[in-house]
Amino acid sequence: MAYPMYEVDWSVLPPEQNRRFNPAFNIATIKQVVNEAIERVRMPTPTRLRDLIRQIRAARTAAEERSVVNKECAYIRSTFREEDSVWRCRNIAKLLYIHMLGYPAHFGQLECLKLIASPRFTDKRVGYLGAMLLLDERQDVHLLITNCLKNDLNSNTQFVVGLALCTLGAIASPEMARDLASEVERLIKSPNAYIKKKAALCAFRIIRRVPDLMEMFLPATRSLLTEKNHGVLITGVTLITEMCENSPDTLNHFKKIVPNLVRILKNLILAGYSPEHDVSGVSDPFLQVKILRLLRILGKNDAEASEAMNDILAQVATNTETSKNVGNTILYETVLSIMDIKSESSLRVLAVNILGRFLLNNDKNIRYVALNTLLRTVHVDTSAVQRHRTTILECLKDPDISIRRRAMELSFALVNGQNIRGMMKELLAFLERSDAEFKAHCSSAVVLAAERYAPSDKWHLDTLFKVLLKAGNYLRDDTVSSTIQIISSAATERQAYGAMRLWTSLEQSAVSGLATEKQPLIQVAAWTIGEYGDLLVSEASSAISMVDEDGVDDFVRPTEEYVIDIYQKLLWSTQLSISTKEFLLLSLAKLSTRFTTQASQEKIRVIIDTFGSHIHIELQQRGVELSQLFRQYGHLRPALLERMPAMEPVAAPHRDEQELDLSDTSPDHTKPDQDALLDLINGSDSLTNGDVEHQPEQIATTNNNTSSNDILDLLSGLDLTPSVPAAAPAVLLANNNVEPSAAPAALLLDGLFAPPATPQPPHPADANERNAAGAEWERAVLERGGVRVCVSARRAAGAAATLTARATSQLHTLTDFLFQAAVPKKIQLDMMSPSGTTLSPQGEITQVLKVTNPTKTPLRLRIRVSYNIDGTPVLEQTEINNFPADLFN
Amino acid sequence: MMQFMLLFSRQGKLRLQKWYVAHPDKLKKKITRELITTVLARKPKMCSFLEWKDVKVVYKRYASLYFCCAMEQEDNELLTLELIHRYVELLDKYFGSVCELDIIFNFEKAYFILDELVLGGELQETSKKNVLKAIAAQDLLQEDLNDGLLH
Repeated sequence: MAYPMYEVDWSVLPPEQNRRFNPAFNIATIKQVVNEAIERVRMPTPTRLRDLIRQIRAARTAAEERSVVNKECAYIRSTFREEDSVWRCRNIAKLLYIHMLGYPAHFGQLECLKLIASPRFTDKRVGYLGAMLLLDERQDVHLLITNCLKNDLNSNTQFVVGLALCTLGAIASPEMARDLASEVERLIKSPNAYIKKKAALCAFRIIRRVPDLMEMFLPATRSLLTEKNHGVLITGVTLITEMCENSPDTLNHFKKIVPNLVRILKNLILAGYSPEHDVSGVSDPFLQVKILRLLRILGKNDAEASEAMNDILAQVATNTETSKNVGNTILYETVLSIMDIKSESSLRVLAVNILGRFLLNNDKNIRYVALNTLLRTVHVDTSAVQRHRTTILECLKDPDISIRRRAMELSFALVNGQNIRGMMKELLAFLERSDAEFKAHCSSAVVLAAERYAPSDKWHLDTLFKVLLKAGNYLRDDTVSSTIQIISSAATERQAYGAMRLWTSLEQSAVSGLATEKQPLIQVAAWTIGEYGDLLVSEASSAISMVDEDGVDDFVRPTEEYVIDIYQKLLWSTQLSISTKEFLLLSLAKLSTRFTTQASQEKIRVIIDTFGSHIHIELQQRGVELSQLFRQYGHLRPALLERMPAMEPVAAPHRDEQELDLSDTSPDHTKPDQDALLDLINGSDSLTNGDVEHQPEQIATTNNNTSSNDILDLLSGLDLTPSVPAAAPAVLLANNNVEPSAAPAALLLDGLFAPPATPQPPHPADANERNAAGAEWERAVLERGGVRVCVSARRAAGAAATLTARATSQLHTLTDFLFQAAVPKKIQLDMMSPSGTTLSPQGEITQVLKVTNPTKTPLRLRIRVSYNIDGTPVLEQTEINNFPADLFN
Repeated sequence: MMQFMLLFSRQGKLRLQKWYVAHPDKLKKKITRELITTVLARKPKMCSFLEWKDVKVVYKRYASLYFCCAMEQEDNELLTLELIHRYVELLDKYFGSVCELDIIFNFEKAYFILDELVLGGELQETSKKNVLKAIAAQDLLQEDLNDGLLH
């Protein structure tokens, strides 16, 4: 034989002399080593991770980088076909880097699972890392990983168990949570602190995902607080906090741990320096903050529990070193707790003083926190916060948007009857220079505050005019109608004053070309001048003082012709919206009976006639109809275009549009009749001008609510006794498509002036929607303390969608349940009446929202839910922005 | 609870992303892109907090890297800054005066360290020593069995 027989030599040599013999090798490991050796020879060694990173970093252009990545991805894909590659973990690591750069890497998901199933620790470590980064909530993959996790949760190696717990904590879906809860519960009871703390946080996440699973963790949880290990303590406190927030029963159950928590906290602040947990001279601030927060939850509305923690809170508040961020962190949390529990008054004074110091701190972060906390405490002790008013107003001028936002909200919370004049001056100045994103919120808050605390009617009107001028198009639509309502019910000289003030603004905007930016202003001005134009041009109103707050009188009385010239400029502008032009056109018609000279009459007629051929059907219709009032029906004109009677404010049952406001005093619409109209409009999403003929009961609907104002204006100018000659032109004016006849006229008036007493019945449009609906999309958007709100979305005809919010409560009866919603400006939102305001366990409140989105911008919906649990008001807010992309196609 | 953590460079390159809430990949990318732009646009003198969508973003810049955490409304912002600082200290101890390149080339280690500090969006260990001990022990377990397979 040509080759020496090494095998024979092996067997004869005694083990201690044979360096290649290792008794620890069993058949399996030998096989593995052999396989790996073969593998290394058969497959060329793949690029090393750091070499790939170098290559990618060396790429000079995006295209070059893409080509490197694509080449590597192609290679990695090809290796995935190999059954048992030792290089798998390296390839996945490279893929994870590529994924971080933003390239797709989902094809590595299954490979991660193979790595997790491997017995090698390196493989597992990289596999779990990949799982956490690459896995989405897809069912099939999740089933596979649940099995892997189950195996590893039973491993003998603590680090393997740790990896599995870490992954479960990061990506647990409700199904995984249910399947693995019992394993986690077992591990909480493990004697090993490393596993115990991780299992406790896993339980925290499981309860977050599936609140029903809480019960099973209760027994194991309490003992966590008896541990010495800070990791176990902090995770235990986190878990208990979550449980307490989850259900009031659990909250009561844990009331008895208050003394334990107080003792732990006391030990922390009294114990000497411990290098392991020290942060700049403070002993374990992380644990302290968590305990303070749990104490706050346990002491809320509970005199006995609060009493037990008064002393320790005082100690923390006075003994904490405040030169560093970490000390202020603890003070901040302490102040929140003092303000939330039923604490002693001396303690509250201490807390407010701490906030006062915070507000003057040089560190921006501390100032931010102070503003934030003051906002939360302003309801508890307003006068204490009022003392800092000047500082807070100063923060409105801060260059930092975060500070400004906080200062704005706090400023509005501080407005009252005494300081309204001064505060509004500052806030109006803020409104003028503020960022676009603040304008909507700020202007509606100004409107609300003015309404609530206005010292005089004149001041109220002046403030509204300033808001109209400064907020421009960011103003909420309902401000237009509420301002009009206020003017209509004011005294005559106020109305003249309003017309004169608004004329100045209108004229300036028209001349400077800024009218497009200020359409709500133009609308209100047009309405007012149309109604009271005679007072505007008459010398009789010279007695009214036009001197403003700064002592300037810049009012110049216009001639009738000049007013009409400005109207013409605006009406012929291509930039103004249709509804603004509708306001202007009607206003101009009204002016024909307010102005006296023949020349102005003639001018008005000419302008109105030009609209007889307007490209927009609605305006054309009005042009033609109004022209008739100068010809055939000229004798009806003065009676039809009489001045509006005073409108009455009404608090609408539903809010429609834009920014939310919590105040319940703002009248959304000016007239009860308009509500009836709005309901009709809401019910006729798919209604276009052409469809009206088939639905005579819905006459007088138009596509936008502002124009319905005008229709009402016209109709209410009529004598309401049903006299046929008056009713006929009313139909002509109010309805575009119904043939002018006496019968529908009576119907029309019924429908308009008898608002439906019951909530809107299902709309005829619903049937169409159901047919057009694609797959229904549904998500739980809020889940807290057993209260759950789900939103489902369904496609509807014509760039619209129907959203249904369903609220359920597991344990409690909720009262005063209020659902509010807001959408971006380009989208229109109509809210139907909710099915109720009281939610009992097993009951359900539904709220239907109709969304019209002509521009098909991505839908974002901010919802706010408020209700009372046992007399405690709760407010939740969230934003949904993961609606299906094809919702409006 | 922390919803996610991002590390990115001054040039806006993502260096680490850790998500504790389930979002589709597309949404994650969108959030990341928008948030990076927003944070980078802020001036150095501004405060470290940003109310952004329904989360509260707490960020801090260390040398060329931004550490950025999205927290829930009721979380303590100042404590989040301490948490970020703790993570930076751990990276520094582990790599020995850490720099951006360490995190680029050893991104998996940066993840491993974060996973020993935070679990499911909540802090799991307040002792630096314990975190580093756990990492060292696992590194040892890894080197013993298969050196070189990963790197």
